[in-house]
Amino acid sequence: MKAAVIVFPGSNCDRDLAEGFRKAGLDVQMVWHKDTALPSGIDIVGIPGGFSFGDYLRCGAIAANSPICNEVKTHAERGGYAFGVCNGFQVLTETKILPGALLRNAGLKYICRTVGLNVAESQSVFTRGYEAGETIRIPIAHHDGNYTADAATLDQLEAEDRVAFRYTDNPNGSDRDIAGILSSNRRVLGMMPHPERACDPAQGNEDGARLFAHLTAALAEA
Amino acid sequence: MQEPAITEELIEAHGIKPDEYARILQILNREPTFTELGIFSAMWNEHCSYKSSKIHLKTLPTSGPQVICGPGENAGVVDIGDGQAVVFKMESHNHPSYIEPYQGAATGVGGILRDVFTMGARPIAAMNSLSFGEKDHAKTRRLVHGVVEGVGGYGNCFGVPTVGGEVRFHPAYNGNCLVNAFAAGLADADKIFYSAASGIGMPVVYLGAKTGRDGVGGATMASAEFDETIEEKRPTVQVGDPFTEKRLMEATLELMQTGAVISIQDMGAAGLTCSAVEMGDKGGLGVRLDLEKVPQRERNMTAYEMMLSESQERMLMVLDPAKEAQAKAVFDKWDLDFAIVGETIEEDRFLIVHNGEVKADMPLSRLSSSAPEYDRPWEPSEPAAELADVPQIDPIDGLKALIASPNYCSREWVYEQYDSQVMADTLRIPGFGSGVIRVHGTDKKLAFTSDVTPRYVKANPVEGGKQAVAEAYRNLTAVGALPLATTDNLNFGNPEKPEIMGQFVEALRGIGEACSALDMPIVSGNVSLYNETDGQGILPTPTIGAVGLIAADEEPILGYARDGHVLLMVGRTGSHLGQSALLAEVFNREDGDAPAVDLAEEKRNGAFIRANREWIKCCTDLSDGGLALAAFEMAEASGVGVQLDSDDTATLFGEDQGRYLIACSFDAAEALMIAAGQADVSIETVGRFQGDSVKLGGSEAPLSELSEIYRGSFGAAFG
Repeated sequence: MKAAVIVFPGSNCDRDLAEGFRKAGLDVQMVWHKDTALPSGIDIVGIPGGFSFGDYLRCGAIAANSPICNEVKTHAERGGYAFGVCNGFQVLTETKILPGALLRNAGLKYICRTVGLNVAESQSVFTRGYEAGETIRIPIAHHDGNYTADAATLDQLEAEDRVAFRYTDNPNGSDRDIAGILSSNRRVLGMMPHPERACDPAQGNEDGARLFAHLTAALAEA
Repeated sequence: MQEPAITEELIEAHGIKPDEYARILQILNREPTFTELGIFSAMWNEHCSYKSSKIHLKTLPTSGPQVICGPGENAGVVDIGDGQAVVFKMESHNHPSYIEPYQGAATGVGGILRDVFTMGARPIAAMNSLSFGEKDHAKTRRLVHGVVEGVGGYGNCFGVPTVGGEVRFHPAYNGNCLVNAFAAGLADADKIFYSAASGIGMPVVYLGAKTGRDGVGGATMASAEFDETIEEKRPTVQVGDPFTEKRLMEATLELMQTGAVISIQDMGAAGLTCSAVEMGDKGGLGVRLDLEKVPQRERNMTAYEMMLSESQERMLMVLDPAKEAQAKAVFDKWDLDFAIVGETIEEDRFLIVHNGEVKADMPLSRLSSSAPEYDRPWEPSEPAAELADVPQIDPIDGLKALIASPNYCSREWVYEQYDSQVMADTLRIPGFGSGVIRVHGTDKKLAFTSDVTPRYVKANPVEGGKQAVAEAYRNLTAVGALPLATTDNLNFGNPEKPEIMGQFVEALRGIGEACSALDMPIVSGNVSLYNETDGQGILPTPTIGAVGLIAADEEPILGYARDGHVLLMVGRTGSHLGQSALLAEVFNREDGDAPAVDLAEEKRNGAFIRANREWIKCCTDLSDGGLALAAFEMAEASGVGVQLDSDDTATLFGEDQGRYLIACSFDAAEALMIAAGQADVSIETVGRFQGDSVKLGGSEAPLSELSEIYRGSFGAAFG
């Protein structure tokens, strides 16, 4: 099983995401944003957290227009798997692979804190290691994590059971407490919290490791 | 463009004293050009030359078997075994932060990160020590918001975890806040990069962001007292771009891998001037620069402006000409400017040419090594006023006063604005004692702390200096780390006043003694003088940043107290209330001497904690607020109630040194008592963890109520 992790200038959780995949048994190849093709034979594309292009213009907006993102779009349109964390989620909305947008936190401050997440569905490759309704603890670290979409989009996400995670105590003003959403084919997940920061017994929290472990198993079956 | 004539006013405006100007005339054997005057002023100001502090800094202990590189380079380098080194330094950005808090603090963080990766180390941890004026002062709220956002804005984007720091408030900082930024990086011990140039005719290469007019004269500003004209100085504050810095770091580390880098120096204070002179001086070479080749952001910049610009995110290096193409490819990849702007030359000469015209031509070595040095007059500090009677108070009332104060309440409001977990190796985030990170891919752990108690230093500079080091030693020890080495960031008032110089000299003596006794040599540091506004100096604030190592086969002490745990105190029961937090916060008094520091006892008690870690679930040192505050903080972090047996004010709130609190099981307590007896260490049971309230003697309050005060007070004051 093989993952590609995209590296934009300003990505700073690229290594962390790669380690999350690696610890779960995936081979990882880092892919530079100027590349015009994804490596062959990859099973999933990871888009890491950080400040791609310094968050200038809008978080994720410049990255969404980099050469590799055309390939990521094509990959997703063909039914490929993709996983965006934090800035990666912002890139996925800017590329329109996922609906909605991430606005500045309601409190206007950057927040780094471990928060409770309610697992809202457990039918995707990303969430099947959790029980629906279960509460897990995952760190957030963002300035622009306030998920927003029009009411019709939000209704549709809920009707199609595409909300993957909800905050138990909404830290950033996100609509309907949304922390992560799935694409309509359930093969793309974008989420603001960082499961790759909760993968290690030494850190006292392995709630994130379950996501990577079950994802790897699911990809092997796929 | 016509350059201004050299007049007395112009010389004075450059902060050059008459005797220093006489020295310039003697060195050049002629009147300096305008550009030369600017260069001298940049190199000889206090900030760059350390002219008031140098002779005293030489007395500090800087060596030891663990030290790979001590002071004098961009950062200190310390061996952590297995061919790895930790590279670290702390540096102030006080004056710019007071003028423009966001950018001042941000570029302070940027500067210290650059110091670390210039040595070939990838930054892995950051801390910051912040001192503000009193809570209700008109400027404080804006400074707190701006500085905290600036620190976070830069560090978060760059991608380094902020794992510790300090925040304090005192009226003495009303006119001069302090922003001391620390960074540590990880490198291979045999791949450290230094600034000394070597080889004649080697290309001098400029990398990074373009040069603009920002920060022109910044280092000179940082070497002067403030007065009411301060707003006029705003254009001298630089603007930071962490995105460029992140790319500069990646590109620099990648470039170092190619073997192309002969020497490298970041452009910090006094930019191009200081970096070129450092590289030449350390290598015993001259440097020629052709300024039209410098990448420029603005039009029609003069030689003077380019030489003094403090535009951020720039590097200067001497490159192996055979690898120029490889080097250029790396910088093209990261979309950074890369230009050959000069060469090393054989003569001792700093030759600045702009469009074919010589703008400066001076003996290079005289700018740095032979800069002025002063043995300024100083007088010993007056002994502190004797401690007047301190009345007994209700212990819970005392505790509530402390945890409601911006000085001792939780700093959550601050540190939640910093990414403390990027790089996914953070084992302990800020909030309770030292920050701890794992050395990536190994089982080694590094601990980081920054400490100083300025009111102690004011009352008794020698003991206060010792105490800052001792507290750092204890904070590292409390997580199970062996303290390795220290960086010092010495913030003082105007050194031309003998009493301020006296504080500096005496505090340094205490720091030196403690660093020797505790085997924590000083490997890097920074001096910030002239922290005065309208003649009012800050509290003497020698911030100590320290790094400790927890070996791969050692467990860190990172657990929490549980219901039923025993509370032990290591060290002697004390009653020292002079200069205590209680005295300041409850009685609004600052009398009495600072607590004395017994370095032999510090060492013995620290060794005891580390040797007996297997019995210890949770540990903290006793410092501000004494036993009561430490026990509360441990209970609060652990989410369990605590009971202390004593209700005596001095026993609960005294700030005697050399002490730790331990939470452990009853059986472990017995084992620790026996071990302490054998090690000649004082230990006693002072209470236990139980229930959901905090009980100090006969006085009691629910933990939840206290927790709410503790966690809410910072936001209530500044949010």
